Amino acid sequence: MTRQEWPLYEVFIRSRSGLSHRHAGSVHAADDEMALNNARDTYTRRSEGVSIWVVRSDRIVASDPAETSAFFDPAEDKIYRHPTFYDIPDEVENL
Amino acid sequence: MSSDETLVAYASRLGDNALILGQRMIELVAASPELEEELANANFSLDYIGQARMYYTYAGEREGAGRDEDDFAFLRPEHDYKNLLLVEQSNGHFGDSTVRQFLFESWYVLLLEALTRCSDEGISVIAARAIKEVRYHLRHSSQWLVRLGDGTEESHARVQVSLDDLWRFTGEMFAPDDLDDEMRAAFNGPHLEVIETQWRENVAAVLAEATLDMPDDQWMAIGGKQGQHSEHMGFLLAEMQHLQRAYPGATW
Repeated sequence: MTRQEWPLYEVFIRSRSGLSHRHAGSVHAADDEMALNNARDTYTRRSEGVSIWVVRSDRIVASDPAETSAFFDPAEDKIYRHPTFYDIPDEVENL
Repeated sequence: MSSDETLVAYASRLGDNALILGQRMIELVAASPELEEELANANFSLDYIGQARMYYTYAGEREGAGRDEDDFAFLRPEHDYKNLLLVEQSNGHFGDSTVRQFLFESWYVLLLEALTRCSDEGISVIAARAIKEVRYHLRHSSQWLVRLGDGTEESHARVQVSLDDLWRFTGEMFAPDDLDDEMRAAFNGPHLEVIETQWRENVAAVLAEATLDMPDDQWMAIGGKQGQHSEHMGFLLAEMQHLQRAYPGATW
């Protein structure tokens, strides 16, 4: 009998309410429920999270490294897209 | 029995269940089928050992004779341990361990629920902490039971045998002895008959999902609660107590 690897899942964890989920790593699991359990047991042992998302790695659509230049280079010389041309009033604290 | 003696005996018995099961699971460290399962099992066994520490420490305080958690855990003879026979059963294969965890945790979670309502604050506080851990353990073992039972033909057949084999250790969980009666009378302790009814319902639901047959109630093995253990217990204690017996008071 050949040994089959369980599928890989990517794990995203929200560390506190109000923050967004961040990629924490990945786990192997035979099904969705197990992926959630494994993520909990692997990545939140030290109170790292209040919410977990898992998604099968093969369901993620990723950009192609070969197309990096076409994807990302055109943004490089467009500094006007950065909001650096405004004077921010002193009263505005969190921007 | 004075009320202090009741609490010492009861807390120490709760500690014995937690410690012996924790020790059994520790034996599986580095033997899990997958890395993620390895971490889960190690976490759970440390949860149980943590619970044992709380129960023993409380028992020692109530007793007032200067015994600490280590005295309870490592320096008692076999017949002083009052854990259920179920938790001392050897790990067997993965299906055996899964069934043992599932049967025990289905009971323990209900017992803890009842203990959070008991009138002794020392016990109810520990129960409230422990129940959060055990609810998750039960979720884990239930899901595995469904996966194995409703899995392949082989996994189904093997885990059904595990269930049939271990079923004879479940009767002890619901047979009240004097200590259970006293705990109930003096401290509003758990009503084991009520727990049995709930346990059967919960277990039947998971077994149905796992497409497994609930075994018939035939002869039930009892004795653990009175300190009469199965042949596995001596080996477990020998390994667990070795260090403290060979090097009394050893620390690091």
